[in-house]
Amino acid sequence: MSSKKIKSKEQSKNFAKHMPYLAMLLSFIFAGLGQLYNRRYLKGTIFIVLECTFLITLLDSINYGLWGLRTLGTMPGVDHSIQLLVFGVLALIGVVIISTLYIFNIIDAKRQATKLREGWRPPRFKRALKEFYDYSFPYLMTGPGLLLMIFVVIFPLMFSVLLAFTNYNLYNSPPRSLVDWVGFENFKNLITVPIWQDTFLSVISWTVVWTVLATTLQIFLGLFLALIVNDPRIRFKKLIRTILILPWAVPAFVTILVFSAMFNDDFGAINNDIIIPLFGGEGIQWLSDPFYAKTAVIMIQTWLGFPFIFALFTGVLQSISQDWYEAASVDGASRLQKFRNITLPHVLFATAPLLIMQYAQNFNNFNIIYLFNEGGPPVQNQNAGGTDILISWVYKLTFDTNNYSMAAVISIIMGLLISGFAFYQFRKTRSFKEEGEV
Amino acid sequence: MNQRLVSRIEVTVIYLILLCVTIVIFYPLLWTIGMSLNQGSSLYVSSLIPENFSLEHYKWLFSEESDYVLWYKNSMIVSLAVMIGSVIITSLVAYAFSRYQFIGKKNGLYIFLLLQMFPVMMAMVALYMFLNMIGLLDTLTGLILIYLGGQIPFNVWLVKGYFDTIPRELDQAARIDGAGHLRVFWSIMLPLAKPILSVVALFNFMMPLFDFLLPSIVLSSPNNFTLAVGLFNFINDQFANNFTRFAAGSVLIAVPIATIYLFLQKYLVGGLTAGGSKE
Repeated sequence: MSSKKIKSKEQSKNFAKHMPYLAMLLSFIFAGLGQLYNRRYLKGTIFIVLECTFLITLLDSINYGLWGLRTLGTMPGVDHSIQLLVFGVLALIGVVIISTLYIFNIIDAKRQATKLREGWRPPRFKRALKEFYDYSFPYLMTGPGLLLMIFVVIFPLMFSVLLAFTNYNLYNSPPRSLVDWVGFENFKNLITVPIWQDTFLSVISWTVVWTVLATTLQIFLGLFLALIVNDPRIRFKKLIRTILILPWAVPAFVTILVFSAMFNDDFGAINNDIIIPLFGGEGIQWLSDPFYAKTAVIMIQTWLGFPFIFALFTGVLQSISQDWYEAASVDGASRLQKFRNITLPHVLFATAPLLIMQYAQNFNNFNIIYLFNEGGPPVQNQNAGGTDILISWVYKLTFDTNNYSMAAVISIIMGLLISGFAFYQFRKTRSFKEEGEV
Repeated sequence: MNQRLVSRIEVTVIYLILLCVTIVIFYPLLWTIGMSLNQGSSLYVSSLIPENFSLEHYKWLFSEESDYVLWYKNSMIVSLAVMIGSVIITSLVAYAFSRYQFIGKKNGLYIFLLLQMFPVMMAMVALYMFLNMIGLLDTLTGLILIYLGGQIPFNVWLVKGYFDTIPRELDQAARIDGAGHLRVFWSIMLPLAKPILSVVALFNFMMPLFDFLLPSIVLSSPNNFTLAVGLFNFINDQFANNFTRFAAGSVLIAVPIATIYLFLQKYLVGGLTAGGSKE
């Protein structure tokens, strides 16, 4: 018999006494030791190198970061609280990543030791490399994207959430003074201090009205136009569709700024060319009266938003089979019945997630509010303007009055509102469910 | 006979409605073009049909005095980089999500879609600090990186939906023939997913071009402005004074963009509904 076979027999004998818990313990003591015990030398070495690098280079900064996160600095003028907060959040993310790797290393050690005992033999080096590549391929693909997302989406989110529990504002800002943790005080102030309370209530109610009205209007207009243009008796369909899509094709920031000039109280074209010649009088105070300013932004958003809906619905309408309508006609269905029972369900099923996104987009539609009138006109006894929605209010709090912590509080409320709404709606929408479930 | 009359009236009403809508659509657009051709810079004296037709504002934009060409270039750099980068990153991530099993697959995308609902504004202070720390504040690179990271959830969701519709038999057959992971991706997935990838490319080309908020925070020196920020500053500094210049600058960006959009609109909508729903 060849010596090879004897050797492998010996090996399996060896492994019969292999102890998974010892492997686990070894990996627990120092990452990679368990893998060495399992005779996965390459893997073990990688883990050991990783842990060494971590201990040598990162441990100090993570410690420092966590210290900063806890105390936000102890010496005014020396410690920069906000930088410490940034370090702290980054350290926290680092800790999560490292502990994930560490736990993975322990589980891996145990799993492999168990398999070894059951007679499985580790593959040769080249094959092991191939298997490792196969296994880690999806992680390699998602890794860079995930990393980018951690820094651009997750890190800022954590930072803002934490900011809401500090007293960071213009009067209390580093490096001059230290920022402290204040718990829920900002949230309490928002509800109890009159000026905050008033502003918050009026801004949030206008935000809701704005979102619902503007989005619903643009959806209705889009649907209505898609339906009438789709009518078989209408000619020049292609030309009409191209015209109707035009507002979507022009960059929105351009049109908003143009509208803002057109609605100008004194020299705007709407007043000078339309309102005054037709109705006389002084013209309407589009920019300085809150009610008219609100009306104007809703109209502008409808103008901006309907073409997308129109294009979307037109696409779906063309895909509905004519058989449905013919069958309905045979049964003597009226036009309204056909619309309600054939057209609408089709259209809504195919577009529901996108329609929901329209609501979410308008809820966060900073551009139109800010570019039209910078959230104005100012309102008495409030620190937000007449057309300010939550997001533009947050912008003002952050960049105009530097009330960072309050801005963070309102962002959190906004985020919870919108993600709660979106979550609920997405769950209800069937087409998303099909997508979401893998 | 009566029915025919009703039908005629209906069609007429429809045409009338469409006529009204057309007027409302064209009015601001033509007004902008009119403004850009007016002489002088005051809105008071400017009118829809210019009395003193002149191209002075267009000439001014390309003169030494203005940074317009520079902004145009910046915008193009950002848009092209985001477009190319997003297609690469998105398709790789979507490939993994569509074809492989890995930890965090099931909830990963879902969670990110939800996280993305949180307003960008919330991230602004943190991003500002962070870019400042790593020295990328007021650079186009910093702006590009933020766009690239932020677009991932939505676009991956779109592309993954599309990848899911590509039959698995195709890549299994290729696997049997000995194709590796990247080979399958390159020779099978990418060519078949061209429609949705072009949608992603176009979206990510347009998005930075139209965005005002992020560049206005990240970029501070006029040399680095993108078009949206630069044009806003034309009218923000002294409102009535530079509007005609703004109008001219806007026309020069709106016309090419609108043309591309109109050519590709069918594609765009098709891609959106394809990714968003399976029919």
